[in-house]
Amino acid sequence: MKFRYLLREVMTGLRRNITLTLAVMITVAVSLSLFGSSLLVRAQVQEMKDFWYDKVEVSIFLCGNISDSPTCAGGAISEEEKTQINADLEALKPLVDTIYFETQTEALSRFKEQFKNSPLAETATIDQMPESFRVKLSDPTQYAVIAAAFAGRPGVEDVVDQRQALDRLFRALSGLQTLALVIAGVMLLVTALLISNTMRVAAFSRRRETSIMRLVGASNFSIQLPFILEAAVAALFGTTFATGALVVGKIYLIDQNLATTFTFTTFIGWDSVFGVIPWMLLAGLGLAIVAAGLTLQRYLKV
Amino acid sequence: MYKGAPRPALDDVSVDIEKGEFVFLVGASGSGKSTFLRLVLREEKPTAGNVWVGGKDLTKLSSWKVPTLRRQIGCVFQDFRLLPNRTVAGNVAFALEVIGTPNKEIERIVPNVLELVGLEGKEERYPNEISGGEQQRVAIARAFVNKPAVLIADEPTGNLDPETSIGIMKLLDRINKIGTTVVMATHDVAIVDQMRKRVIEIDGGKVVRDQSRGVYGMGA
Repeated sequence: MKFRYLLREVMTGLRRNITLTLAVMITVAVSLSLFGSSLLVRAQVQEMKDFWYDKVEVSIFLCGNISDSPTCAGGAISEEEKTQINADLEALKPLVDTIYFETQTEALSRFKEQFKNSPLAETATIDQMPESFRVKLSDPTQYAVIAAAFAGRPGVEDVVDQRQALDRLFRALSGLQTLALVIAGVMLLVTALLISNTMRVAAFSRRRETSIMRLVGASNFSIQLPFILEAAVAALFGTTFATGALVVGKIYLIDQNLATTFTFTTFIGWDSVFGVIPWMLLAGLGLAIVAAGLTLQRYLKV
Repeated sequence: MYKGAPRPALDDVSVDIEKGEFVFLVGASGSGKSTFLRLVLREEKPTAGNVWVGGKDLTKLSSWKVPTLRRQIGCVFQDFRLLPNRTVAGNVAFALEVIGTPNKEIERIVPNVLELVGLEGKEERYPNEISGGEQQRVAIARAFVNKPAVLIADEPTGNLDPETSIGIMKLLDRINKIGTTVVMATHDVAIVDQMRKRVIEIDGGKVVRDQSRGVYGMGA
């Protein structure tokens, strides 16, 4: 099978079915954009996990004068109880990485920093601020150990895992990712059906050539190859568009928009984008070749 | 070739065709002539019995070997089946291109074959610019360009006037003399009577007559 002959066949084929070719390109582009985006959202969640899980702490809030939790019935925590908690935390090393005691003064300044644009900051007083142990864990997933050890102990008002708050965010993002993946899956199915139909039309419009090829003993492979390449070329164009869409999204949406607005977290870098592109190529070309091949089995029988 | 196929189209047909023979397959429309030819090409498989072509049992031939079989069989049809967007030479070359023959080879073989079928000087014409007889010569050239062991012709003169038909028959006869087995299905009484070749008559899927140097109408 000669290269020039193949190239000519593929090009005439693409031009002959220009509307279907365009439809295939567009559906491939849209479905792969979604597919790539969902992979990028997953990368983003991973990125944020890596970034935040290093920084999250378990906070053990201690009873102050105004605490109303049942464990605080004895009023503000005593110095002995504080020392005991500190000793118990020390005993939990190496799970416990670092221990930091936050005083009411520090709590107040942190509160004012967090709510500096709100009237709350003005009215807050030092009495309202709880003292707390800020504990960093070597393995952030082992929160339950700390909770079991300190929650409900006299003088401890509450044990809060910052990670749980983050996990809610990550769950929302994962939900978004799943949704994009499902839509991408449906779109890819539509694409497969469209490619299959395109092949049917192409096989029909070239039935004269293919019937002669069969008669003179051309191999199945050489009869089907121009058709499969036709589908693959269309899919390749679509994949290129989808790749372009991701690159544009990375530049305009992430780099120029999100990253400048939400400075408190990191965003995925180019390595993630380039890591996703091979999968998109694989999905696009694989789908086209498999869908075309299966259809041709039926319409270009020996 | 041998076959025995109890099925509606052909029933218990048992025929041997020797290498180098010229055989007419005659019979009314729907008698099973075309089915016979389709079996030889492995376009159909018999529900029972065997088909042997060139020493191979087609019923046991795996499908990926079918193209190799078909390279040994040339095919000519009543409706020529040429590609309208290719020249005479292009149509003949197509048969070689699609089985991967090198360009040099093609450039060498095609003019030879076109000369054999008497189309020198018409290489660059398109099918719609030449007569029906010439189109059939192109089809024969295409069928013969691979030097097949067997040439199958399904009513090759069905669309041609008697005079042109004689020219085509002379060409097929010449190809037969070169050593190619020719099996030709036809309705053309005059041609069969004139050629005096082996005649196999099929009626209702059964062989009703098989005689060497036969004529069309006798017996049946």
